[in-house]
Amino acid sequence: MTARLAAPRVDRRDFLKATAVAAGVATLGRAGEGAAAAATVGSSELVDTNVYLSRWPLSRLPHDDTAALAAKLRSAGVTQAWAGSFDGLLHRDLASVNARLAEECRRHGAGLLVPFGSINPQLPDWEEDLRRCAEGERMPGIRLHPNYHGYTLDHPAVARLLRLAAERGLLVQLVLVMEDERMMHPMLRAAPTDPKPLAGLVRQTPGLRLMLLNAQRTLRGPALTSILGAGEVGVDLAMLEGVGGVAALLAGGVPLERVLFGSFAPMFYFESAVLKLQESVLSEPQLAAIRGRNARRLLAAGR
Amino acid sequence: MNFEIWDAHTHLSGVPGATPEARMAALLAAADRLGISRLCVFMGMTWHYDPTPELLRQANDEVLRAVRAFPDRVFGFVYLNPKHPQASLDELNRCVRDGPMVGVKLWVALRCDDARLDPLVARATELQAPILQHCWLKITGNLPGESTPMDLAALAKRHPRASFICSHTGGEWARGIRAIRPHPHILAEICGGDPTAGITEMAVRELGAERVLFGSDAGGRSFASQLAKVLGAEIPAAARQLILAGNLQRLLRPFLQARGVRP
Ligand SMILES: [Zn+2]
Repeated sequence: MTARLAAPRVDRRDFLKATAVAAGVATLGRAGEGAAAAATVGSSELVDTNVYLSRWPLSRLPHDDTAALAAKLRSAGVTQAWAGSFDGLLHRDLASVNARLAEECRRHGAGLLVPFGSINPQLPDWEEDLRRCAEGERMPGIRLHPNYHGYTLDHPAVARLLRLAAERGLLVQLVLVMEDERMMHPMLRAAPTDPKPLAGLVRQTPGLRLMLLNAQRTLRGPALTSILGAGEVGVDLAMLEGVGGVAALLAGGVPLERVLFGSFAPMFYFESAVLKLQESVLSEPQLAAIRGRNARRLLAAGR
Repeated sequence: MNFEIWDAHTHLSGVPGATPEARMAALLAAADRLGISRLCVFMGMTWHYDPTPELLRQANDEVLRAVRAFPDRVFGFVYLNPKHPQASLDELNRCVRDGPMVGVKLWVALRCDDARLDPLVARATELQAPILQHCWLKITGNLPGESTPMDLAALAKRHPRASFICSHTGGEWARGIRAIRPHPHILAEICGGDPTAGITEMAVRELGAERVLFGSDAGGRSFASQLAKVLGAEIPAAARQLILAGNLQRLLRPFLQARGVRP
């Protein structure tokens, strides 16, 4: 056990003990490796592809300042976290949002936080934002929120944006939804982005690397696998649900190499994603792929 | 073991298996992997918004089979439909008075401030059975018979001796918590929604930890996402233990004692 275990959660040891007792001694190693658990295995990598910095516009969240989030992620054993900015949802001055994001990542999370800038293809001269993300801040990718920026994926600007991102070697993270449609603020209802045009867009954009974040609430089964099969497309776990959901996802035909760990922290409790790896029966190679290898490969492909 | 986890809310749907016993086994296998030792279960393998008396009996029979297959680990709640008061009273007597079920589940047949609930609540109170009412506040629109936390508050006001569980904490929990706050005999059960950070902290702050219950809503949800709401919350360890098991143990004490189960 590493010192990281001592982190704020005082009853972590008890939880692990309870888990071990319930799961049987034989699986103690697995329980430790799998999950809550990220914390117990010092050397194992854990790449969180879905975190946000700054403030969610509608409430304060635990860990919604960068230093606190970075500490939380480190204590949970995260070795790298791909960070967007909540400011990217509603702010119009995205150039400053992205510059701040990069600066925050450097100041509080050097080696841990990797900035993914926001691009809004509805804004005049958005191509300059893209150029600054790639050339100025040297970001490895961008994050898109079509349902907060008021466009659908069949808009011509989307095809152009994906093409330019691919040409610059930027990984594109497309966020389908930020919260449950049923409980949105009455003044801020943003219906989930319709992913239907995606398979076609992926096929017509050579070199595109795409990740779907918060996708699994609205995109499942054949609709999901057809998009994943159209090209270099991955999906995160943040909104995956169901008993033994990760194993069921793989059994349902989603290729292992397309599944990436993503917590959606600090909006979601970080532990949700990590416990999903424990709830499913997964082999060590499967765990290693989801925890980091797939993310590392996807990121490296752009370099 | 000094750290137990009891789940106040699971179902026989959304998990593989052709029989109630097989589905219960699947739920327990996943629960085991997260250290969850006991599960409350209700409603059958197929769900009905507005079940007839026959469908109620069928659903409860399936739950009885699941409970009898795993008597040391599973508690049943009897599913009732207040639109059929006599059939519901009969089911309550059959499944709780005559055993082995321990509570009442009400879903979306009828909004729970309706007077037709009163005889059911009175009988459940005599039997010391807690009443778990599905509550949700949907900006997209509730079902016609779907209760809000405000409806439950109205019902609870008429029944000060009953014991209520506001399931899902009303879905939109920041309003749900406020709606039930004045009524100490309503507990907030935090399952069923996304693991949005802050729900458990707010519930503990506004209601006190002794009024907050862990539940998962598995198989509709994962055990993981729901357990994260408690394990990930910034709350004292003592509060965590109350939420994960202590409060449910207190609520079910009459039944546990009758069955010789030591909480
Ligand atoms: Zn439920």
